[in-house]
Amino acid sequence: MEEREELKRIEEEKARWEAQTLKPALAQTPERAERFTTASMTPIERLYTPVDLPEFDYLRDLGFPGDYPYTRGVQPTMYRGKLWTMRMFAGYGTAVETNRRFKYLLEQGQMGLSTAFDLPTLMGYDSDHPSSAGEVGKCGVAIDSLADMETLFEGIPLGEVTTSMTISSPAAVLWAMYLAVCEKQGVPYDRIGGTIQNDILKEYIAQKEYIYPITPSVRLVTDTILFGARHLQRWNTVSISGYHIREAGATALQELAFTLADGIVYVEEAIKAGLEVDAFAPRLSFFFDCHNDLFEEIAKFRAARRLWARIMRERFDAKDPRSWLLRTHAQTAGCTLTAQQPRNNVIRVAIQALAGVLGGTQSLHTNAMDEALALPTEEAATLALRTQQIIAYESGVTNTVDPVGGSYYVETLTNKLEEGAWAYFRRIDQLGGMIRAIERGFPQREIADAAYAYQQAVERGEKIIVGVNRFTVDEEASIPILTINHEAEMRQIESLNQLRRSRDKDAVARSLEALRRAAVGNDPWGKDLLMPKILDAVRAYATLGEIMDVFRDVWGEYTEPSII
Amino acid sequence: MALKGEKKIRVLIAKPGLDGHDRGAKVIARAFRDAGMEVIYTGLRQTPEMIVNAAIQEDVDAIGMSCLSGAHMYLFPRVMELLQERGVDDILVFGGGTIPTDDIPKLKAAGLAAVFTPGTTTTEAIAFVKDHVRRKV
Repeated sequence: MEEREELKRIEEEKARWEAQTLKPALAQTPERAERFTTASMTPIERLYTPVDLPEFDYLRDLGFPGDYPYTRGVQPTMYRGKLWTMRMFAGYGTAVETNRRFKYLLEQGQMGLSTAFDLPTLMGYDSDHPSSAGEVGKCGVAIDSLADMETLFEGIPLGEVTTSMTISSPAAVLWAMYLAVCEKQGVPYDRIGGTIQNDILKEYIAQKEYIYPITPSVRLVTDTILFGARHLQRWNTVSISGYHIREAGATALQELAFTLADGIVYVEEAIKAGLEVDAFAPRLSFFFDCHNDLFEEIAKFRAARRLWARIMRERFDAKDPRSWLLRTHAQTAGCTLTAQQPRNNVIRVAIQALAGVLGGTQSLHTNAMDEALALPTEEAATLALRTQQIIAYESGVTNTVDPVGGSYYVETLTNKLEEGAWAYFRRIDQLGGMIRAIERGFPQREIADAAYAYQQAVERGEKIIVGVNRFTVDEEASIPILTINHEAEMRQIESLNQLRRSRDKDAVARSLEALRRAAVGNDPWGKDLLMPKILDAVRAYATLGEIMDVFRDVWGEYTEPSII
Repeated sequence: MALKGEKKIRVLIAKPGLDGHDRGAKVIARAFRDAGMEVIYTGLRQTPEMIVNAAIQEDVDAIGMSCLSGAHMYLFPRVMELLQERGVDDILVFGGGTIPTDDIPKLKAAGLAAVFTPGTTTTEAIAFVKDHVRRKV
């Protein structure tokens, strides 16, 4: 009762302020625009007060860090206890070159590895496949077989560092290669930590590195969840990814809603496969974008944690608090970087990284200033890592937990994002679930519309991009660029041919045949588990392309609905 | 908008190679369509051969290609080569994507009319195509 009266008093005072203080000020100096919006085009009020949070209940909506619903963070002490993992995404050329970059980044204070694969690898083609021409080693490292994976991690103790691998369609195969390298290093499965992205649903929605139809692809993901739950307690078997959804043009709300909707599918599928929710849910992780709008981004991370906690507890009846936690990796927004005045990107990345930290991420990659032009040079990648270190050690924002908590603006945005996400979930449920929604092109269309609306806002000058549609210069001094020459492709193909000549051909054929039988099997969660068969094939040095072709033959390939 | 009786400009928007980042291609396709052009979008993962075949079959005035994987120095010139082999010299070809500044003169030397880097407005791209298509009346 007292609170309601307090709100009423504030409301009355606000009306007085508007009439007596604001109105003459506006008459004298009108505001810069009639309408202010977030980066996602959500309208922003002039001022936020407790009146905007009439139902606000601290214990229900925020609680304490490390406690349900985790709005204020997943750990009680957050960065006072342990900083986020600085995990720079790296990979180019051959395994030899990327191994060198890995070691360099570890020397510079990076805390975990994150592997970028080239497009043939992401698409499950060997480097000598006709479709691979011109692509080998270009936007990531080329991995054709276990032999390449051995080179990639040579001299890196896999029992001590954790590794993230950004790959979805062939995730099970690359993971098997990694595990086989660990076996050779003598590291037991229970000491191996890391993440495979393995989020096939966002591929159909946004990044488009899909291969097979949705149903068997999801089976492959579920298979890895099952294998991980049984054998690798420290491995995140799926990193449910909003990053690519956002980069494809989604708003912050769409990123949040579609990502969690994908997460709901993986949970449902693993339960259908016979797992107890608490047996695997603690190993699901997330991956979000950090875009330019500082407060909207912070609110997105906070809303994501609260939503996931509620989904896991209320929708799936998870009992283990670790199942309620949304742990996330974050990356600054590549799509915001400009080719014009590329040094400006350093500042954009710093603001975006700050959003990730104030949002409470567990792991962070910062983009380098040259990434609107090419892969980062060593110098640019180092500066991007230093950006994180300066935020961590100099800015002071890590010294208290959730420093923006209680801000009228941030709490209002957090609430709005949560409400908007629930509305999207209801629509997706009405469409028959996320898989049906994707098949019908629903999220794809929503994102394409948002991307187009944003582009138009930029062209009308409503959204200002420094150096692009404001404060432009005629001539841009060029910055150094990393070039991947054609020799990498030649070297890679040569070593692939050498491998094909030297391995035990019969062992390869036998392992691929066993894999084929499992893939056509009708008992996917019993004797037909795919991971053990994939591991056998990998150990026999079957190539990525050979293994993926087995599934291509059995399952066919996916064609997407055409949406412009 | 095309004037009455004037032939609409036909543009093929293509994604060569394995790269699946189609945001730019789709935004451009939509903007061209809104500007009154006929747009054919190839969808993802087109080989240079497929792109050239589609362009000839659809009798387009222009081809716009988008590539973010770094494979543009192979894929874009390969399309130009194939067009030349097929004796086609009246299609305006332009590209865009994540393309280092130093590669732009090389791509132009290979026959691309323009290379649009991130930050190019759809308005600029539309104006460029309208000004440069060699109309085959």
